Amino acid sequence: MNPSPPPRRSFGAEVVTGVGDAFRPVVRLLDRFGDHVILLARSLAWLPRRPFRPANYLEACEYIGVGSLPIVLLVGFFTGAVMGLQAVYAFRQFQLESFAGGTTGKALAVELAPVLSALMVAGRSGAGIATELGTMRITEQIDALESMAVSPLQFLVLPRLIAGMLMAPILSLLFFIVAMVGCYFLAVVVQHVDHGQFVLHTRDLLTTTDVAQGMLKSIVFGLIVTLIGCYQGYNAAGGGRGVGLGTTRAVVFSSVTILISDYFLSDILLRVMSSDTGVR
Amino acid sequence: MSDADDVPLAQAHPRWHLRVRGLTKSFGAKLVLDKLDLDVERGKVNVIIGASGAGKSVLIKHFMCLLRPDRGSIWVDGTDVFALGTQPLSLFRRKFGLVFQFSALFDSLTVEENCAFPLREHTKKSKAEIKDIVRDRLAALGLDGMQAMYPGSLSGGQRKRVGLARALVLEPEILIFDEPTTGLDPLATRNVDDMILGVMDRYKVTSVVISHDMASVFRIADRIAMLHERQILVAGTVDEIRGSEIPYLYEFIRTSGVAAAGAAP
Repeated sequence: MNPSPPPRRSFGAEVVTGVGDAFRPVVRLLDRFGDHVILLARSLAWLPRRPFRPANYLEACEYIGVGSLPIVLLVGFFTGAVMGLQAVYAFRQFQLESFAGGTTGKALAVELAPVLSALMVAGRSGAGIATELGTMRITEQIDALESMAVSPLQFLVLPRLIAGMLMAPILSLLFFIVAMVGCYFLAVVVQHVDHGQFVLHTRDLLTTTDVAQGMLKSIVFGLIVTLIGCYQGYNAAGGGRGVGLGTTRAVVFSSVTILISDYFLSDILLRVMSSDTGVR
Repeated sequence: MSDADDVPLAQAHPRWHLRVRGLTKSFGAKLVLDKLDLDVERGKVNVIIGASGAGKSVLIKHFMCLLRPDRGSIWVDGTDVFALGTQPLSLFRRKFGLVFQFSALFDSLTVEENCAFPLREHTKKSKAEIKDIVRDRLAALGLDGMQAMYPGSLSGGQRKRVGLARALVLEPEILIFDEPTTGLDPLATRNVDDMILGVMDRYKVTSVVISHDMASVFRIADRIAMLHERQILVAGTVDEIRGSEIPYLYEFIRTSGVAAAGAAP
């Protein structure tokens, strides 16, 4: 028996289907973005409501802030050192190696400290949040919270979001300080750049506005890392494999989002906060 | 299939504690529940049976609004569950105690902290009072002395009992057990059955139990409802169910190894 031929579709319908297929990834991306915004809004709506549970906030701050501190400091020191090394070698060609501190400091304060510390937090705390909430989801612990009339958004998600926004700028600042120590050590102690010149040019080039820009970026990055970690964990499905996938996605999506949003944040902050940037 | 419509849904019914009307729920394209009606009898053990994946867990999650339906309503003592706002829903949920299939204990908390959790969240009782209540509930379930242990070090049966103790601390009106005997050996299954009957005797609550272990069902049930093909196929007393000649129900009971009283179709 011959199978009946599929019904003929009009040219217009085929075009609409084709265009729909082509834009499906974009639609899915917007859909996910919307889901994150909804999760953020629903969580923040719990902020002014009792009970406040300060212990949950402190615990989240401890996990994200104190827990990430060793790796942030370690990476910070060596980042500063290698940046200093490269700067000294580059500037030495023009006998300007005393500028190594100022230029490295500017790059660290505005870009490297917020971005790299956020990537460290994404790798450690973002992944941890996704795993913890994902495990709670698949073992029905989140359902258990709801069944006991406790909002999981208020109990689990909100403290992590707030802790992320509070801890990321502190970690970024510490990263910057330790990186400058690394840079000074490399330039002055190892490469014998003059101490006075190093400090003078650093104070000339580096402004509080640079540090403030970095801290503002860090607040956004902290939110991005914890929001994506919470989203992946809160919506985990499919057992252990699902939790693993969620954790991987949390790290990958956080890292990519940090790097992309850094560009747009830099553009906005340079226009708003700097008077002589030359950005048009 | 309801015989409870003589009293308006917005009024508390003397016999039926919880009334489900026209409940429809789908996940994406998959229809799980379709215009389902069910009545849960006050102060009795009401068991919902059905094949794995029939939608039993989905149904009970609607009871306390952990899931929202596409259509339909659930009425508990005249209250429309799905019409409640955030705060009233939070208060309403305290009427329920839910014992999860795999207990859903918080891994990071001890047995005592798990059981104390609802009291700490919802009451202003002192630490000493909470400790006493938890000890009382744990002792009633044969768990006294295990307060300092973590869920990871408990057996499956002990975890179920801790889950039940946690569900009991706020003195709920309705206790829901999601497949309480799944994964347990016959002796542990018998212990869990005795535990459910003991709780019914001591706390006089309404129980809803989800199960497909027919031996256990016939031991504990006062009423049985069968969920099949997205609806309640049949509901009645244990004797009515045992004597039923509905082919699917008869086959379900017979293949479980428990004798069905009805004639073979």
